[in-house]
Amino acid sequence: MDTYYHPKDLAHFADLGKGNPALWEKFQAYYGAVFAPGALTEREKSLIALAVAHAVQCPYCIDAYTQASLEKGSNIEEMTEAVHVACAIRGGASLVHGVQMRNAATKISM
Amino acid sequence: MPVQTRSLKARGEALSSAAEQVRLLQSGGGFPRFEETLARASLDPLGATGIAVFQINVGKLCNQTCRHCHVDAGPDRTESMSRETAEMCMAALARSDIPTVDITGGAPELNPSFRYLVVESRRLGRHVMDRCNLSVLLLPAQADLAAFLAGHAVEIVASLPSVAPSQTDAQRGAGVFGKSIAALRVLNDLGYGREGSGLVLNLVTNPVGAFLPPSQESQEEHFRSRLARDHGVVFNRLYTITNMPISRFLEFLLESGNYEGYMRRLVDAFNPAAARSVMCRSMLSVGWDGRLYDCDFNQMLELALGPGVPAHVRDFDPASLGARRIVTGNHCYGCTAGAGSSCGGTTT
Ligand code: SF4
Ligand code: SF4
Repeated sequence: MDTYYHPKDLAHFADLGKGNPALWEKFQAYYGAVFAPGALTEREKSLIALAVAHAVQCPYCIDAYTQASLEKGSNIEEMTEAVHVACAIRGGASLVHGVQMRNAATKISM
Repeated sequence: MPVQTRSLKARGEALSSAAEQVRLLQSGGGFPRFEETLARASLDPLGATGIAVFQINVGKLCNQTCRHCHVDAGPDRTESMSRETAEMCMAALARSDIPTVDITGGAPELNPSFRYLVVESRRLGRHVMDRCNLSVLLLPAQADLAAFLAGHAVEIVASLPSVAPSQTDAQRGAGVFGKSIAALRVLNDLGYGREGSGLVLNLVTNPVGAFLPPSQESQEEHFRSRLARDHGVVFNRLYTITNMPISRFLEFLLESGNYEGYMRRLVDAFNPAAARSVMCRSMLSVGWDGRLYDCDFNQMLELALGPGVPAHVRDFDPASLGARRIVTGNHCYGCTAGAGSSCGGTTT
């Protein structure tokens, strides 16, 4: 069956470098620096990445950061909580725009 | 998949045969042979650099049936070291100056000669380590075991895969997390893991699944804060160990469709620095029947020592054994991935 997403495509991510190696290398260097231990641990960064992967709904990132989070020592309970954080922010972000809806409605209503 | 309560052997599984496991591991699957990878790192053949650890595996009897067990141990196993073989081990030890005796199983404490091995090794002035599954300390028949270990200043190396009860129970059986914490409290009460007591309590964690372990340092911090906060438990060091693709973990890999992915992950993570310090280079492993092996994994795969050295502990010769050539296979990728894996944690 044809589908836009194939799990095996994740291994071909680096092919993006073929179109523009200079930009790809900059991205790689930046990406590597972002995930290196800093003020946050690698484990914490991996959990953030997992949550963001759910917010942007990227199946490749969900796959990669599920494995990465486990390999950085997180467990399913922590990972599930991270997904709920993404969910709460996503839901909350929609809901808070309800204030704009209310403002707009108030402005044009009697 | 629930944790099986019987060993592969009791279930009559083909994988209970060491030869079948070796056949599977060596049958290619597109992975380079471990020896080729070693050769590329200029490490083939791998040679021992002496014997710092005398590891005695007293048998396969255990009160647990963990899903990742590389021994295929369990309550249904009967292989157990006899007193005569235990005495041969101690005679061999006396003929050497090996500083550390590492006693493992199964649950080594269930062997009738376990206490003899501890007392005699200590009498010979050696450091003794007990590979303890924790729950054994709560068995009514072992009520005095913890005090015995403390009395002989035995270092305890205890398995606790995760600070999450669900993960620990998934790997080691229902209720094992609760029992492990109860046993850790008993050990802490005796002084184990507490500064200044001289009683060393180290923990071992294996990944609960087909992935590599986290960094030992970060995981130790994580365990330390969680165990203290949630359970008031303290310990000295945490070792992270990679699951070996043999025995019941191999069964899990095959059943869950993870075998190829996991092997690929190990092969891709091959680290020459880890390979240089694999534990077999500095240890010797004695089986329940007295036969000698390069490590506990080779023992379980029944890969005997290479030619030209004694094959049985009764003929123990520290000089030739300390300079032997090590027998390797594709399971060895488990020791050389990432930061490396050994009984004492990472190797790099
Ligand atoms: S892993 Fe250890 S505790 Fe678990 S069954 Fe094997 S020997 Fe027993
Ligand atoms: S499995 Fe045994 S022989 Fe192979 S590298 Fe590891 S310790 Fe050495």
